[in-house]
Amino acid sequence: MRHHMCLLAAAAALPFLAQPGWANMVYVSNEKGNSITVVDSTSMEVVKTIDVGQRPRGITISPDGKIVYVCASDDDTVQMIDTSTGKIVGTLPSGPDPELFILSPDGKTLYVANENDNLVTVINVETRAVVAEIPVGVEPEGMGVSPDGKTIVNTSETTNMAHFIDTSTHQITDNVLVDSRPRYAQFKPDGSEVWVSAEIGGTVSVIDNKTRAVKHKITFDIQGLRSEQIQPVGIRISADGKKAYVALGPANRVAVINAETYEVEKYVLVGQRVWQLAFMPDGKTIISTNGLSNDITFIDTATDEPIKSVTVGQLPWGVAVAPN
Amino acid sequence: MNGLVMKSTVPITLTFLFGFFLLFVNVSELSAQQPAANQSAKPSVDARIGYLRAYEPQLALSVLDIPPRDEGVAGANVAISDNNTTGKFLGQQFTLDVTETKFNADVVPAFKEMVARGDRFILADVSAKQLLSIADIAKDAGVLLFNIGATDDILREEECRPNVFHTAPTRSMLADGLAQYLVWKQWRKWVLLYGSHENDKLYADAVRRAASRFGATIVEERLYEDRGTARRTDSGVVLVQQQMPVFTQNLPEHDVVIVADESEVFGSYVPYRTWTPRPVVGTAGLVASSWHPASEQWGGVQIQSRFAKMTGRRMLSKDMQAWTAARILGEAITRTKSAETKQVEDYIKSDEFSIAAFKGQKLTFRNWNWQLRQPILIGDGHGVVSTSPQAGFLHQFSELDTLGVDRPETKCRLK
Repeated sequence: MRHHMCLLAAAAALPFLAQPGWANMVYVSNEKGNSITVVDSTSMEVVKTIDVGQRPRGITISPDGKIVYVCASDDDTVQMIDTSTGKIVGTLPSGPDPELFILSPDGKTLYVANENDNLVTVINVETRAVVAEIPVGVEPEGMGVSPDGKTIVNTSETTNMAHFIDTSTHQITDNVLVDSRPRYAQFKPDGSEVWVSAEIGGTVSVIDNKTRAVKHKITFDIQGLRSEQIQPVGIRISADGKKAYVALGPANRVAVINAETYEVEKYVLVGQRVWQLAFMPDGKTIISTNGLSNDITFIDTATDEPIKSVTVGQLPWGVAVAPN
Repeated sequence: MNGLVMKSTVPITLTFLFGFFLLFVNVSELSAQQPAANQSAKPSVDARIGYLRAYEPQLALSVLDIPPRDEGVAGANVAISDNNTTGKFLGQQFTLDVTETKFNADVVPAFKEMVARGDRFILADVSAKQLLSIADIAKDAGVLLFNIGATDDILREEECRPNVFHTAPTRSMLADGLAQYLVWKQWRKWVLLYGSHENDKLYADAVRRAASRFGATIVEERLYEDRGTARRTDSGVVLVQQQMPVFTQNLPEHDVVIVADESEVFGSYVPYRTWTPRPVVGTAGLVASSWHPASEQWGGVQIQSRFAKMTGRRMLSKDMQAWTAARILGEAITRTKSAETKQVEDYIKSDEFSIAAFKGQKLTFRNWNWQLRQPILIGDGHGVVSTSPQAGFLHQFSELDTLGVDRPETKCRLK
């Protein structure tokens, strides 16, 4: 176990040492397809479709790449898929209607947002037991974890808050009001900031993790689109903390943001209803899920141009990439 | 007698009481354990929201359409519970104060009692006439009213008031939403069948206006007189089966039949009984409304299951209109950290204000008459068929302003 931890720490510290060109499997949850599509990142082709429970949404992968976790929202469970066989090997007691979750950096604890019960459920992945249930605001959704694993942030969509939770006590320490329907929370890799997207508010709030106050609000302006069509959802920030990508929902674009100045530098047109994002381990490519066009788009992060779109299942929602 | 039948300071449901329990537990926890956390330093806010209702059981042609006893109030209760879940993090507490009068009663005495009890924000589910009887008294008393029931355009036009916000859509918004869908379908030749009551005629007016706005033609109109005989009876169905085909005989060529029968006298009998086989829309058949009990888009699943869990039934339009009004107040009180009328009113009237209500985009108020802009759902008894505004109906400022009376045409002059 100790050995395993050291390896993980090393991997976390040196994320870019992996050789480019490695094929990584990309796992996409198809909300209406009740399936996971597996795409080979090198050939950018679908290699497998795995049938899962009803309404799969949140998806993540263990740090060692062996297990994919999927929220089967309408089955009130989290399913575990063995990546070597593509078979469902277990379930976790997620509580009702799990939508999104986050795995602790050590891979041992899963924090699940239970949208219908105003709770965050904490699950020990090894024992598959519920450790705690934390009452939060109305319609909890977004989940972020600090790089040191000490803090998680949950967003509640109707309460319009980011709740900061201490992972050692499972108590809420701070509640930060953000704009309408906060969807996603993402820590900067250095832990200094948490970015929270507000789908209906149309903004991303940058919260200072020290003061726990909103220090900046990023807005979006796309020529020819009404502000109501710009609905930020998924967020990813590059490992060096310099660049951020925000999926803009029905605006059909991914915003590229200078994460130091908060300036929006570019809008990348991908597919319809862009929902979530995931980086390839080398950071050279980012993948978006485009719900209504039933595809995912690979974007080159050097040029911020789309490389290729790949058709997956019905209503792709989330995406996770196997580590090297 | 002032017509006051029942008054109570509601929280009735278990869930609601449980919400209170959580609230107290959490507030004390926060202040005891985390004095440094920024939310516990805030003073506590006690927000009373009043709910004035003129009620009597309504008749309907189908037993499925009889409004539930708690229509509207249930939506407000769910919003109060939502507000309290949020409020527990900020030391804010919300309560609902429901007062019910007879349907056609003078509501002024009941209203004055609510004001005397300290209600400064009141949701009103009353007729246009009743609303106007209290609007100016409310203004003098520093009370904000939220019209959650009346669809009368006149309340947003000639009789608009600066202290009355409307979360109910207008008849013209509903008719325009429906008309856009019909025009998008290329069903441009309409027959209009309307009832003989005042509200039926107002709905028919809204349909005529929509036809001229969106390029449809009403090829013929027919009036159905209410003679008090058509209601649901043992032999009624047999009679109606023979009556409706005759009533719709010898019409010019048309694409759809629009019924304007808010009074539920004949409209629900029209579908499947027309002389020529045509879709029926309007107040029966395909209906335009602010909400649909089967709407699950845009996170709607969440509010629908929350509502069903708390009330044991599906959510109707008036529930959504009441929920939205009580959530608007919750949002304003949360953001301003105050339940003072002035602060709340200023916030709702500011450019910063918007509310999320499971309709795919933020909702805002028209600042020329304080009508809430909102998409209109087009659905039948089974599900949502479409949502207006339809693609292609463009507007200089907001596509939502293609529904209903727009700023350049408004007769509202706010003072």
